Amino acid sequence: MDNLNMMTCEKAIRSLAAYLDDELAGDVQQNVERHLEFCRSCYSRAEFERRLKSELRKLGKDEVPVGLEQRVRRLLQSFTLSADTVPKHH
Amino acid sequence: MNERSAECAWFEQAVLNVLPELVGTARRLTRNREDAEDLVAEAITRAWVNRATLKERERFTGWVIRILTNLFLSQRRSEGDHPHEALEVDEDFSLYERLHQPFLLWWSTPEQEFLDRLLREDLVRAIGVLPEPFRLVVLMADVEGQSYGEIAESLCVPIGTVRSRLARGRGLLQRALWEHACDAGLRSESPERRPSSHG
Repeated sequence: MDNLNMMTCEKAIRSLAAYLDDELAGDVQQNVERHLEFCRSCYSRAEFERRLKSELRKLGKDEVPVGLEQRVRRLLQSFTLSADTVPKHH
Repeated sequence: MNERSAECAWFEQAVLNVLPELVGTARRLTRNREDAEDLVAEAITRAWVNRATLKERERFTGWVIRILTNLFLSQRRSEGDHPHEALEVDEDFSLYERLHQPFLLWWSTPEQEFLDRLLREDLVRAIGVLPEPFRLVVLMADVEGQSYGEIAESLCVPIGTVRSRLARGRGLLQRALWEHACDAGLRSESPERRPSSHG
């Protein structure tokens, strides 16, 4: 495979966050991906950032306290009972 | 079951399914259990009232979490806070560069070992100490999984601002994790260690 036109490490690292966030244009995304296939050092860094990001993602989920679940169930029941509620259309 | 009962039953199940995500997100945003519970209840009510605006039911989770986040932002604004106004902070700290040892590349990965030892509480604490404008973008991007465009729209700022706040917020977060690890004796501080060189 042709490595001559491969993105530099500096550029790959600068684009890494947006790459992991899936916020790069298609061709740039592919260039970073290709760089990571060949560069062990940048790949190792990308894996670290990817894992840290996935640990952060897990914080978005917490155990639901019993009291809150009961409160939500009562709230949902009140929606069901309000038979004349009409959804708003925008 | 008529159409209306079916809609109620669907909404109820969808809310109960996503409740752990709503609780987690609300707690990270408010940093207070009681406020988080009120925010969850209010977001569910708002979602019910505006349910007709949800075009695709399979997108319910992201939709209701955005309602909750936007509700939090508008509450903060009405209290006179300006969570969208960022401080001037220059932060490009990289945890990876602190931990990585290139000469060990084939034998050991200290950076992966660091993540193995990281506790959920460590991450919650590190996010909790971020200045508000940075905390919000890190939460919205990394915890909620919102796109830069969605964050920009909610915060009423340009996408470039989201990018720069996110970069700085992540730098601050990684510094907080590093300092906590040093304080807890998980790592020994190596002063002024420079980043590893790249090709």
